[in-house]
Amino acid sequence: MNQSKKLGVQYLTASIVMMGALLLFGLLASIFYLKYGFLLGKLDFNIVKQVHINALIIACLWGFMGAIYWFLPDELGIETVGIGLARLLFWVFVAAVAVVVVVFIFVQYGSSDESGMWLVNQGRKYVEAPRWAAVGIVAVFLTLAYNIFASVAKARKVTGIMGVLMTTMIPLIAVYLIAFPAPTNMSVDLYWWWWLVHMWVEATWELMIGCILALALMKLLGTSRKVVEIWLYLEVALVLGTGILGLGHHYFWIGTPQYWLSIGGIFSALEPLPLLGMVVHAIYDAGKHQMKTHNKPAFLWLIAEAFGNFIGAGIWGFMMTLPQINLYSHGTQWTVSHGHFAFYGAYITGIIAVAYMVAQESRGIREVQGNAWKWAFAGLNIGMVGMVGALLVSGMSEAFIGRALGGSTLDGFMASQSNSWFMQGMIARTGFGVIIVASYFILAWDLLTLGRRSEKLSPALATT
Amino acid sequence: MPESTAVVFEPGAGDPRFWRDGAIATTAFMLLVLLLLTVDSLRVLTEGGGGNVPAYTVINQKITYEFDAASNMDKPVIGGEELLFGHRYSEAEAKAIMDKGKLVIQSRSCINCHAFFGNGAYYAPDLTKAWLDPTWEKMWMPMTQAKTREDAMVQFLMHPDRYPTWARQMPNLNLSEEEARAVTAYLKWISSVQTNGFPAGFGRREVAR
Ligand code: HEM
Ligand code: HEM
Ligand SMILES: [Fe+2]
Repeated sequence: MNQSKKLGVQYLTASIVMMGALLLFGLLASIFYLKYGFLLGKLDFNIVKQVHINALIIACLWGFMGAIYWFLPDELGIETVGIGLARLLFWVFVAAVAVVVVVFIFVQYGSSDESGMWLVNQGRKYVEAPRWAAVGIVAVFLTLAYNIFASVAKARKVTGIMGVLMTTMIPLIAVYLIAFPAPTNMSVDLYWWWWLVHMWVEATWELMIGCILALALMKLLGTSRKVVEIWLYLEVALVLGTGILGLGHHYFWIGTPQYWLSIGGIFSALEPLPLLGMVVHAIYDAGKHQMKTHNKPAFLWLIAEAFGNFIGAGIWGFMMTLPQINLYSHGTQWTVSHGHFAFYGAYITGIIAVAYMVAQESRGIREVQGNAWKWAFAGLNIGMVGMVGALLVSGMSEAFIGRALGGSTLDGFMASQSNSWFMQGMIARTGFGVIIVASYFILAWDLLTLGRRSEKLSPALATT
Repeated sequence: MPESTAVVFEPGAGDPRFWRDGAIATTAFMLLVLLLLTVDSLRVLTEGGGGNVPAYTVINQKITYEFDAASNMDKPVIGGEELLFGHRYSEAEAKAIMDKGKLVIQSRSCINCHAFFGNGAYYAPDLTKAWLDPTWEKMWMPMTQAKTREDAMVQFLMHPDRYPTWARQMPNLNLSEEEARAVTAYLKWISSVQTNGFPAGFGRREVAR
């Protein structure tokens, strides 16, 4: 196996491991809603939740990088340029993440000056990592971009997919840098912070996963390059055509001019279109190739991605993207419901699909077999749908009671939190969380032992 | 022999470059519009720029949040002088205390329980209008035996563990008095930002617990 593919396996393995941390800390965070004074003063909710969402960002980034390093040599026909540096940086990256997590959990709070920002915690959602680590992440991104650009140059081959992938490297780095200065004025701070959060998850990452799944689709189903590329360009046009100004759905209430209510509302309401397009594409391709594949789990996770992305990001996002509704739903468990469904549906599912493809190819398995993957697939999807359903119930009651009736005061908020509809949703959320965690362990075990179990000796393989 | 469905699902059936150029043109246009809107938005967002965000010295004044029938939304109203901690902050002093307050908020990871303008976490109440919350006068001032709202806030922020009143409790984040004052000033300023009516009906509604 060449170096780039080895690195791909490493990053994907790290991503799956990080998903474990994501889920365990999520489950832990959910208990705070059920038990008064849980871990108070020892490991507070904010720290647990912070580890939870940072694990999510890292798991996604590692998953994307793993997939890119894995597919790059196939697409370009050469070993990736500068792979030695990239392999070194992998270990630096892993070590840095470990240090950050230890600091979060054991140091918890820094001093309220620049040194606290550099060494302990920047205290801004999703980008809490201290500045030294953020600088490291930029170095990793730059190396990734260099690997891709230099390899394309050396191979003298710019495929359509590579063209789009190269383009995504620009916003990946640019909006990360833009969000850094963190000015004192919270309105300005949030203005730029949303460039990072929205432009990453609703534009840059959508296109990155689009490229990754396009490559996966060609391999998995043998879809023709021309068809895949036309779809990809269409996706780029629609995702960016709606998503760039769709940014406005985060500019309703932070002090921004009123015209954002209409601009954000209209453009973000169109954001589900490209996601619907991908569902159509997936179903069409699956039908055309009569779903013949030697890797059923990868194929089904790919389909789960198409639907999860459309429903979790598209429908759940649309539900509260119009300002008339967002005025009340904004910043409640309703938001959390969409956040979970979207990240899971759009990214986690896609990464799992690629992980199955990589496990198959790297271990020379002809036909993926066994039943474990079925349990993991069913458990994770049922658990996740149940969880976001529960969160939706809690979120709606919170919006009605805390916001609409209570006017968002401290009293109104607390009234909403002790309401029985709200509490039942929270209990159900933790219950489904347990199902998700259990299914995750089956998934991790299956990926780890695939092709290393007795099935390897099955007749199908014996002949190869 | 192309079937009709193939035409629908394989757009253009011809040259991918047509679609590529379309994607580039769409993106470029949208980015241009976003840049123009950003220039205008930053003007409105700059503190003391005459837009929606008052200067930091607004902490020397009285702030209320009232329903404005003309625009059909709740809006902050800046009134006459109402000093904070009995002190009239100069422009430089106000800037310094805001810088500090923001760093305290970041260093203690407040937004991973609370939210500002609805952004953050939802485990604890949104703090956008916390300064204006009726509870300070109704409950916290008597409880902390403070004479002013700001003193009650400082007391609470320094020792939240002493006042376990609600369904959830805030941990003690070891704020010094200086840090607690800075956060209080920050909360007063942020309550003056005009937010297109969010949160709606704040302080005008009451719900039974
Ligand atoms: C065992 C499963 C999980 C549980 C119990 C769980 C629980 C939680 C909790 C309690 C929060 C804090 C929300 C708040 O502020 O009230 C949270 C936030 C979040 N979680 Fe999870 N989580 C789980 C899995 C996941 C997964 C798989 C993802 C991504 C695919 C994810 C993504 C997020 C995100 C993005 C947030 C921030 C959302 C927001 O504030 O809008 N979580 N989660
Ligand atoms: C893969 C794509 C997407 C992901 C991963 C995603 C994730 C998220 C997350 C995590 C949040 C909470 C942000 C925070 O406050 O921390 C959020 C907010 C939001 N998203 Fe998405 N989203 C996606 C796509 C969409 C789409 C397509 C729409 C619209 C159709 C949408 C509409 C919204 C809206 C309106 C909010 C603000 C919620 C509020 O007011 O509290 N999202 N999204
Ligand atoms: Fe968004």
